[in-house]
Amino acid sequence: MPKRTDIHSVLIIGAGPIIIGQACEFDYSGTQACKALKEEGFRVILVNSNPATIMTDPEFADRTYLEPITPECVEKIIVREVEELKRIGAKGKLVLLPTLGGQTALNTAMALHRKGILDTYNVEMIGANAQAIERGEDRQIFKDLMLSIGLDVPVSGTAHTLEEARQVAEKIARFPLIIRPAFTLGGTGGGIAYNRDEFEEMIKRGLDLSPVSEVLIEESLLGWKEYEMEVMRDKADNCVIVCSIENFDPMGIHTGDSITVAPIQTLTDKEYQIMRDASFAVIRAVGVETGGSNIQFAVNPETGRMVIIEMNPRVSRSSALASKATGFPIAKIAAKLAVGFLLDEIKNDITRETPASFEPTIDYVVTKVPRFAFEKFPQADPTLNTQMKSVGEAMAIGRTFKESLQKALRSLEIGRYGLGGDGKPWRISDQVYGDRETLPREVITRKLSVPNAERIFFLRHALRAGFSIDEIFSLTKIDRWFLMQIKEIVDFEEELAAIKN
Amino acid sequence: MRAILALEDGSVYHGQAFGTRGSACGEVCFNTSMTGYQEILTDPSYKGQIVTMTYPLIGNCGVNAQDVESWRPHVSGFVIRELSPVVSNWRADFSLAEYLEKNGIPGIEGIDTRALTKKLRVRGAMNGFISAEDVSDEEASAKAKSWPGLMGVDYVKEVTHATAFQWDERDEQSANFKLVRGTAASDIRNIRDPLPAADIPIVAYDFGIKYNILRRLRQRGFKVRVVPATAPAAEALRSKPAGIFLSNGPGDPAALDYAIRTVGDLVKSGIPIFGICLGHQMLGLALGGKTFKLKFGHRGANQPVKDLETGKVEITSQNHGFAVDADSLPSEVGVNRINLNDQTVEGMRHKRKPIFCVQYHPEASPGPHDSTPLFDEFRAMIMG
Repeated sequence: MPKRTDIHSVLIIGAGPIIIGQACEFDYSGTQACKALKEEGFRVILVNSNPATIMTDPEFADRTYLEPITPECVEKIIVREVEELKRIGAKGKLVLLPTLGGQTALNTAMALHRKGILDTYNVEMIGANAQAIERGEDRQIFKDLMLSIGLDVPVSGTAHTLEEARQVAEKIARFPLIIRPAFTLGGTGGGIAYNRDEFEEMIKRGLDLSPVSEVLIEESLLGWKEYEMEVMRDKADNCVIVCSIENFDPMGIHTGDSITVAPIQTLTDKEYQIMRDASFAVIRAVGVETGGSNIQFAVNPETGRMVIIEMNPRVSRSSALASKATGFPIAKIAAKLAVGFLLDEIKNDITRETPASFEPTIDYVVTKVPRFAFEKFPQADPTLNTQMKSVGEAMAIGRTFKESLQKALRSLEIGRYGLGGDGKPWRISDQVYGDRETLPREVITRKLSVPNAERIFFLRHALRAGFSIDEIFSLTKIDRWFLMQIKEIVDFEEELAAIKN
Repeated sequence: MRAILALEDGSVYHGQAFGTRGSACGEVCFNTSMTGYQEILTDPSYKGQIVTMTYPLIGNCGVNAQDVESWRPHVSGFVIRELSPVVSNWRADFSLAEYLEKNGIPGIEGIDTRALTKKLRVRGAMNGFISAEDVSDEEASAKAKSWPGLMGVDYVKEVTHATAFQWDERDEQSANFKLVRGTAASDIRNIRDPLPAADIPIVAYDFGIKYNILRRLRQRGFKVRVVPATAPAAEALRSKPAGIFLSNGPGDPAALDYAIRTVGDLVKSGIPIFGICLGHQMLGLALGGKTFKLKFGHRGANQPVKDLETGKVEITSQNHGFAVDADSLPSEVGVNRINLNDQTVEGMRHKRKPIFCVQYHPEASPGPHDSTPLFDEFRAMIMG
């Protein structure tokens, strides 16, 4: 299947200003898409209000609009461009590629769809259509869809009375439970119940607070292992996994704030292949016709139970990492797939001889470490949770996890040369400790039990203070495989220190 | 404990030993799969080979009793960059080192597997010697040089079962592996898909058959009688099977005169035949074609194969050092699948007889499940 001939111009929506949670990764993906589409002879129209982006340089698009990324503005652009196509007597039509500019682009495209503007001007969404985006983005629709194709999701239920709530809890059969009252402002009255008493208390309060007397009770995945898969699909339904990612930090911390590692380290082939099959089932069921998606999984470390958490029907932050980790340019190929090419018709950039219809296999480990800047936001709560707080990230490649982690930590530009042992002092609250000083156990315990930006360094402090792997595991739920890797780095530090002495 | 790996070209790698404190010769090859070292170790097709994993961190998930592809590991030696100091997986029964030690297989870790792989890619697969015993570099190199190699040697007779048997009569080993669902308590290690009735009797030729092929056949409703590689066609056909399956296996296909004759007789009988890997190569030879040795083989879980009949691309699991020469095939045999990396033959279909085969591993294990439907195709071919 060659490229589509009914398309003349492609409208790409950028991501706008850089904010926490949406940074330069979407300039990277958008720029790649502009280049790829121009290469194929399409006229590229770009909307992005951020001048400090590569994609807004004049040579990347045929026409660049530095305008607010709002449905109203983009509507005006569509009107103008449709007229332009008529004026020049273009043979093809104008299409919209919404999947390369992050959530901003996706939301704007969906607003244009809901207002009927895309229909009015006959502008087709390519890559993913509105139905697919809706199925991927709406939590309830997505959850029901997953159950309908036989995949597992966190068990949950709604209750209007205490009795109903008890039945839901019985069905889930395991504490802790997450309680979310319906329609309360900012989720007031919600929380995590660790036992029966707390549960009953929270349900009573939640039912009181909810204007419709309804609470959602959901199984908690705190402490489960978190994984991601980067999937590509073409029009002929060929699917490949570009990259698998394992989160160092367990569930409960936003992926953007987690240390992540590619490829997956602690799944057997049997489990990995089930995850691969599930990833394809998800992208097909959601209906992302072409391009990339990011699918997130949680795995119970004791039972292997695997549940689907969410999917992004678009290029995401992880796609940039996956592209650089494997050499598979996801955004570029997603753009080509969107205009009709098949994976086996596109050449692999690295080998230049083999096609893009393959799954990268690597002989190294890639680690991404988030960069925080809490010192610039003194009023912000430095505890990490499901809301992203990092302002950037650094990635490093090594032949071992230890090498890639140490390099990534060194790349953060926070003045450290890795986990420690670099002779620099540690500033913790208003205390200053020497590099090789043993920190007080209570400080370490506190810093390990609550996820925070410095926790990775406290793994070293803990091991040096004599904490066992099991103790650290019970405080952090970080997989023992990762903890042992950290221990090897710390042991080596001790070995080097002993030689020096 | 020190270990050594020497190649026939005189190069020597030093590392640390794990597994058994022994020595072995073998053809040194590499596998690019990032998962599935346990399945690779237990695949009988690796008989006579010292396998290097290109992925550097191995042993992370340990070894479990369920994910085996035969009764024991078959590699001559195992070469990795870094052995995990800990086992992290809910199903693990042993560590990788314990498992290799119990089975008498030497391993070496801590060597530059990337440099080794690059050398094998340039020079092609080489004979080698691995040892965790006290041997000098010179002795090791001499052993590597003097080993006669795989060409022309029949390794099948070392891995085929000695007598015929009925596969999994009590349906204890064939059900598909599944993960626990929902929050209901159950025995998490033994959740399995139900099996259909075993109502189609077939004979599977065991040239070193992987268990997952037998599991997949059973999951498609086949009642499988496994016969040794040496069983003549008449013996296999005596039980009136509805079809014949030809398995994977180790070594040089051209060294198996007796089996090629058998396959020729089976082809003549007109019975439906499905072959995988060595089975595919033997069909190629029996139908009048030729095989040749690939420079460094296809071993990994990411080989793209194009189905020329449908245009679809499957990501496949592969493990072969030899391939069928497309130009040598008679006109009644069509090449219907090719490898997109090097355009070599990955599948054949007979134009007049119910015979098809693939060079890769639709049973996966390890590797992607993209090609599982081939087992349904075999069933459909038999059922007409």
